[in-house]
Amino acid sequence: MNVTVLLFASYADAIGRSELELDVETGATVSDVIEQVRALGEAGRLPPAPMVAVNEQYASRDRELRAGDEVALIPPVAGG
Amino acid sequence: MYSAILDAPIDVTQLLERVNNTRNGATVLFLGIVRDVNDGRDVTGIEYTAYRSMAERELATIIEEAAAIADTNDVAVEHRLGELGIGDCSVAVAVGHPHRGRAFDAARYVIEQLKKRVPIWKREQYLDGTREWVRATSTELVDAGGER
Repeated sequence: MNVTVLLFASYADAIGRSELELDVETGATVSDVIEQVRALGEAGRLPPAPMVAVNEQYASRDRELRAGDEVALIPPVAGG
Repeated sequence: MYSAILDAPIDVTQLLERVNNTRNGATVLFLGIVRDVNDGRDVTGIEYTAYRSMAERELATIIEEAAAIADTNDVAVEHRLGELGIGDCSVAVAVGHPHRGRAFDAARYVIEQLKKRVPIWKREQYLDGTREWVRATSTELVDAGGER
């Protein structure tokens, strides 16, 4: 199944893209997506346990994904 | 209650209008301003970016929480995105309340939670020509409403 991954700020720089489609196995979790995305960039440029949002809400890394989910990897926020 | 993410300069007078209410004896206004130095480095500007749809949603949630804590509907916040210069206003929080204590509490809650939860990032431009993403700016000093 496909999920959309969004990358922002330093994470987008690390991977060189701000959005990508990933094909993951049914039952895949947020952790699986993080692992796949980290493999796309230089080792260590994306932390092993970033904050994540699924469909615009903060989610834990064991969250099971559904087809079409939007998974955003959230660098430490710095608004204000 | 009102919250927005803007690309244009923040109109503080208009924001204050949104919390204006004849029952209120106090209005607190907080402005976040781009300053010219950070961690000892000379800053010439800041670029703000966001996960916009989530930032809007998260901001709206925060002001609902602040309104519940302070028992007032007169809570408004705007955050600006894009390239800002020194002295520009990046964020404005306005709270109106019959009494000042709750107004200060609610305003503080909004800005502290914003810094912790709202997916906005800033990239500082330095005098030497380099640019860097700012790591995190949340302070843990005061958390009027407790952890989520």
